[in-house]
Amino acid sequence: MGNQGLNGKPLVSIVSAGLSKFGKHEGLYARELFSYAAKEAFDRCPKLEPKRDVKAMFIGHMGEAYEHQGHTGSAVADWAGLLGVAATRTEAACASSGAALRSGIFAVLSGLADVVIVGGVEKMTHRSTSEVTEYLAMASDYPFEQFHGITFPGLFALMATAHMNAYGTTQEQMAKVAVKNHHNASLNPKAHLQKEITVDKVMESKMVAWPFKMYDCSLITDGASCVVLAKPELAAKYTDQPVHIVGSGQASDTIGLYERKSLTSLQATKTAAKTAYDMAAVSPAQVQVAEVHDCFTYAELMAYEDLGFCPVGESGALIDSGETCLGGRLPVNTSGGLKAKGHPVGATGTAQVYEIYLQLTGQAEKRQVKDAKLGLTHNVGGSGATATVHLYRSDA
Amino acid sequence: MSTQVPFTIEQFYKFLAEGKLMAAKCQKCGKIHLPPRPMCDNCYGQDFVWMEVSGKGKLLTYTTIHVAPQQFQSLVPYTVGIVELENGLKLPGMISGIPPEAVKIGMALKVEFKACDVGQTWPQWQRYCFKLT
Ligand SMILES: [Zn+2]
Repeated sequence: MGNQGLNGKPLVSIVSAGLSKFGKHEGLYARELFSYAAKEAFDRCPKLEPKRDVKAMFIGHMGEAYEHQGHTGSAVADWAGLLGVAATRTEAACASSGAALRSGIFAVLSGLADVVIVGGVEKMTHRSTSEVTEYLAMASDYPFEQFHGITFPGLFALMATAHMNAYGTTQEQMAKVAVKNHHNASLNPKAHLQKEITVDKVMESKMVAWPFKMYDCSLITDGASCVVLAKPELAAKYTDQPVHIVGSGQASDTIGLYERKSLTSLQATKTAAKTAYDMAAVSPAQVQVAEVHDCFTYAELMAYEDLGFCPVGESGALIDSGETCLGGRLPVNTSGGLKAKGHPVGATGTAQVYEIYLQLTGQAEKRQVKDAKLGLTHNVGGSGATATVHLYRSDA
Repeated sequence: MSTQVPFTIEQFYKFLAEGKLMAAKCQKCGKIHLPPRPMCDNCYGQDFVWMEVSGKGKLLTYTTIHVAPQQFQSLVPYTVGIVELENGLKLPGMISGIPPEAVKIGMALKVEFKACDVGQTWPQWQRYCFKLT
């Protein structure tokens, strides 16, 4: 039964979006980086007067450690030309801006704000790999995971090993996720890595946490993303091509992976997806384009199952089928995903929204999925202690 | 066991230093907690009793870590896993004394105290790891 009986009624409408180039941005602080994403969103929507219209900002930002800088909400608002606006940082590890999006929806639906900006930012590449490994691990359980040397790739590797054991999923099938997403990123001028790779290249790359090699892991990247949300009744005032958010789900799970019932799926994803699908009154089979949380290759396979794109245990067969490639039945991670577009953790959730916004407004150029009207984003925090799932529809 | 002893993660590690693997059983609903908690997430009760659990179990999953945080770099590559103990309780940790390629899901392991030590300023807890039974 439809959650809150919304049956696909728009919760909020996206009237604009912006994205910084993802990659290495030497000498730029997070707040500076965010201004590039905001600028694109403002330029794309000339009818928006930011200082007059924007009533609140929710900014996903995961780590103070990178720049020794917390309190990011206000700093980012100032540098985006919005000094004075109600600005709040949201933190939910790698789902920080997925959670920012939820907060923005809460703000608009409540009636407290007609127009809000949600977004995210992370500046990571100026730190060493071991420092970043440590900062990312902070999103896992300290006393039982970090304390025993379990890293972030390690947590997803524990899930991948369990899936391989239960369903016969292979390292080659995981590698195919990387190959697909690198191909898509090669068509995305804003992606961090715009080059094709092969299964062999993945298999031969340096081991990170067995069975994950370097090319099974997402990139350490700098980047920022920005999305402008408006009350649906006001969307036409700002744009001829609004994208409506018609389903929104978020759920939590134990912070420690070891306490979960399943090691091969994320209950938080399944719960968030059910909420979003019910709210939008759509089924997984109706989704035409999706951006899912592929922080590691296995994570994308797990998402196929948790989001209902295929039956449990058959995600390896789904990647083999090519149906999730561009031109397939359900293209996934057309942007290149976290894997190749890059994973500036706090920026990731709303960067996924940016890609779906482009797809549903026909602006995805070489990556365009023909006639896409219904899209999905899926953002995971930590090893799955947070997940958000959103559904999008365009009227055009 | 005295009920004055707090039902906390800190106390779990204090027991470990004494060579005991302890879980907390909720007196109201019977749920066994490992790690222990000050409040039962099932029934919100706060009346617990300590119970010693067997350190023997079977391996549910594992990975071998090659890229590690600074503190663990001297141990690379090292294998970590999640072990299912009796009562369905689960505990993650390092697996030591077994070559990575010999580690198999389902293998019988047991907790060993005072092992897998690395330098650490906080918290100064007793570590454990898993070895072959
Ligand atoms: Zn209880």
